[in-house]
Amino acid sequence: MSDTIAVIMAAEGFTPPGPADFDLPPIFGEVTKPMVMVGLSVVLIFTLFYAMSRKAAIVPGRMQFAGEFVYGGVRNSIARESIGSEHFMKFVPYLFALFTFVLVNNYFGMIPIVQFPTFSHSGYAYGLAALSWLLYNGVGIWKHGALGYLKHVSVPAGVSGVMLLLIVPLEILSNIVVRPVTLALRLFANMFAGHLLLILFALGGEYLLVEASPSVLNIVGGIGAIIMFFLVSALELLVMFLQAYVFTLLTAMYVAGAVAEEH
Amino acid sequence: MSESVRAAEELNPLIPHLSEIILGAVWFLILFGLIWKFVVPNFEKAYADRTAAIEGGLAAAETKQAEADAKLAELEAQLADARHEAARIREEAREQGAAIVSDLRAQGQAEQTRIVEAGKAQIEAERQQAVASLRAEVGSLATGLAGRIVGESLEDEARQGRVVERFLADLETGTPGVN
Repeated sequence: MSDTIAVIMAAEGFTPPGPADFDLPPIFGEVTKPMVMVGLSVVLIFTLFYAMSRKAAIVPGRMQFAGEFVYGGVRNSIARESIGSEHFMKFVPYLFALFTFVLVNNYFGMIPIVQFPTFSHSGYAYGLAALSWLLYNGVGIWKHGALGYLKHVSVPAGVSGVMLLLIVPLEILSNIVVRPVTLALRLFANMFAGHLLLILFALGGEYLLVEASPSVLNIVGGIGAIIMFFLVSALELLVMFLQAYVFTLLTAMYVAGAVAEEH
Repeated sequence: MSESVRAAEELNPLIPHLSEIILGAVWFLILFGLIWKFVVPNFEKAYADRTAAIEGGLAAAETKQAEADAKLAELEAQLADARHEAARIREEAREQGAAIVSDLRAQGQAEQTRIVEAGKAQIEAERQQAVASLRAEVGSLATGLAGRIVGESLEDEARQGRVVERFLADLETGTPGVN
């Protein structure tokens, strides 16, 4: 991988892709491509899952079975496993919407023509992380009261005395400040870096094979870049799913921590 | 702020456009609302219906099982009754048989006694008759014998002896005397 990148970077007259490649020009007026994509994703997800769930048959057809596979996965193995069977149902709609929203917007990066992961624009990731932050803190305050929740997030069970001076700021920092930031950055950085790699191999391979002088090094490097493009694509398919899963799972776990009686 | 720094800052991917934060959140909330109102209830309804169907099936199977158990118990009770009845009938038959046998035996005994009694009575009657006729005959024989003895001379002991012998011989042959 790094060899191929070195060959691409060494090629004369090649401008490597950078953040500027993510700054797409508006399609019309102020509307940019990711703006259209988020809207499209909402329409797509709702239409698809509404169609799959509409019949609500006892014996599901193929469509409903596929829908239930996704819904049941989020409902049972993320929401119920993390939050527990007492409270989880209240959060299933949010977590299911979150999972499908992130998943579809991530896979937009792999769908021809669309081919751009929405969350490589950090704003969308910040927005989602902010909502998850509001959710789990809101739930905590609703459950324990403002002061109770502050104690709940800052004082872990079994810690007392001088240690509290050290632990309390750390707990507040990690539970209130770090969580949403990592949540957003993890998603954004994965999508950004993955897409950047794909652009690099696609453009670099094309440049080496088509525009650079046809030397052995350039041709081998070009073919290597194309192969790398496919390998990274396969990896990205996995990463896109994993990021959707991790974002949803972490939100569920934060909610679980907020509704929990004790740490 | 120079032009190049401004450009670099605008391109820093970590710094978001506010519009995108708001837009992303709003679109997501719209999706959340739609899923909450229209999709989750449908899936949950399917789950609940399915659970109900399975539980209903189980309940029906339980009812069937209970019915089958009741039927089986009933049949077993009937079978036990029938066995009991059969034993009772057999016992009754045995008792009746024994009664009949003892009845017959008593009847036989009575008949036997009756026959024996009748035999005895007949024998007695015949004996009475024989005694009566014998008595009469003995009288006449005695009279005949006496007459003969009286009629003949009795001084001769030998003659006397002959007379008695002849009498006895007459008695034996059944011819009553010579007179």
